[in-house]
Amino acid sequence: MKHMVDARGLACPLPVVNTKEEMGRMRSGEVVEVLVDNEIAVQNLAKFARVRHHEIESSRSGEREYRVRITKGAQEGGAQTDEEPMQPESCAPEERSVVVLSSSLMGQGEEALGRTLMKAFVFALTKQERMPETVLLYNSGAFLSCEGSDSVEDLRALEAGGTQILTCGTCLNYYGLTEKLAVGGVTNMYDIVEKMERASKIIRP
Amino acid sequence: MENAKDILFCTGGGCTAKLGAGALSRVLERLPKGRDENLLVGFDSHDDAAVYRVNDEQAIVSTLDFFPPMVEDPYLFGQIAAANALSDIYAMGGRPLTALNIVCFPEGLDLNILGRILQGGNDKVLEAGALLAGGHSIVDEGVKYGLSVTGMVHPERIYRNNGCRAGDALILTKRLGVGIICAANRVHAASEEAMKEATESMRALNRYAAEILWRYPVHACSDVTGFGFLVHLSEMLDDRFGAEIDSASVPRFDVCGAYAEEFYLTAAGQKNRNFIGAQVRFEVDDFATEELLFDPQTSGGLLASVPAEAAQEIVAGMRAQGIPAAVVGRVVERREPMIVVG
Repeated sequence: MKHMVDARGLACPLPVVNTKEEMGRMRSGEVVEVLVDNEIAVQNLAKFARVRHHEIESSRSGEREYRVRITKGAQEGGAQTDEEPMQPESCAPEERSVVVLSSSLMGQGEEALGRTLMKAFVFALTKQERMPETVLLYNSGAFLSCEGSDSVEDLRALEAGGTQILTCGTCLNYYGLTEKLAVGGVTNMYDIVEKMERASKIIRP
Repeated sequence: MENAKDILFCTGGGCTAKLGAGALSRVLERLPKGRDENLLVGFDSHDDAAVYRVNDEQAIVSTLDFFPPMVEDPYLFGQIAAANALSDIYAMGGRPLTALNIVCFPEGLDLNILGRILQGGNDKVLEAGALLAGGHSIVDEGVKYGLSVTGMVHPERIYRNNGCRAGDALILTKRLGVGIICAANRVHAASEEAMKEATESMRALNRYAAEILWRYPVHACSDVTGFGFLVHLSEMLDDRFGAEIDSASVPRFDVCGAYAEEFYLTAAGQKNRNFIGAQVRFEVDDFATEELLFDPQTSGGLLASVPAEAAQEIVAGMRAQGIPAAVVGRVVERREPMIVVG
């Protein structure tokens, strides 16, 4: 059975509340497809999925349309529970490779070439057998995860594959991109340092 | 449940209807600014109202605030909107003198509803010791109501938004969580009791808390509204200070924890998280607490930065009057991240 929630035109908290209700009728492993019309609703759904341990992927399918696919996790039964939310960190894999994108360009030289290389790099990441645990974006790297970037779709594909996409909030503020973030979450310097420290491998193009 | 009244009265009202802080500051930054040395508080800071010096003893405080309804009872909505608008005067250390109604009302909707809204507003203006002196009404698709309020303050006793000092204690005078409760109410999931408590809080004037603050040195003060506790706090810290918040002592509606975990969350709360989240470190591992601190408040309490040695006495004075105030943290030297929630 296909599970669908059309939450376009509905204000928060309805997109999440309707999705939660639909998922109450689903078994773990089943997928619900949710349509919403704004990025904030996508973020609230992502927050819901994170706290409740569901898998989530999203893509922008129109000017004011986002498709969000949530796969019900194993840790929650059909009935709603009042348990404390568990921490997503506890289920991190052993191999922790972290990709650091600190610039919107790859390498030094002509800007146009640097941009093309970076787009190709992010695309190639999506084709690797083993996805990185985290992609960190800071300084002008923050442009890559925002509206207008050629890499948004590839980053979304990584996110759908379980990679955490995190963009530096200070950088978003600095470049005036806060409302333009199109994929993944926002992070801070403590988190960035911790992610790098815990990494088994850091990849910097 | 989808009767006409619901549609008109519950589309995400109150301060959750505010534009996002990020979007707003980008627009405002581009406006050319006029200069007048008597304009003591204007756009330059994130203050709650404008202050203009008339002479060495007197300055005018002016503010306006209006929004769509967040409760269904028009009289209560009027009271809440007025308490919210008057609050900006108290947040600046002033006393309100006159108020003007701002009304948007659909053509053809029962005028008795408008009557009840205005009655609620007027009752709060009178309770504040001010006078309703006029207003302006236009036809609009949805109901919106608020006030433009004019007050007076001594030019040397203005509570600026950003005057706090390292070592200050932070006092919050109302409970957090009305945004979450109203979100739950919009999907008919809030208990009657929770909604009643939230309504009581929203319609309570900040006058009584302000009158206690007047007796003490106050370094900075703001009222907590749509940008939520953390964004308002960050504006107060003004990139010059940091803060440590003791989350256990933050006054809150107890039921909010359960509501937050059912994801009765607003869009505005997520916008607040996007805006300031990167500058906050949560050392407590509690999703509901995070949401509470980002939760947009309608007619929230005053957030005051006061000398630490005066804080307990101020809070005791407020509690004696039934104000649910508490010391919620302290101001420290600037650091990264700016705010630590323990």
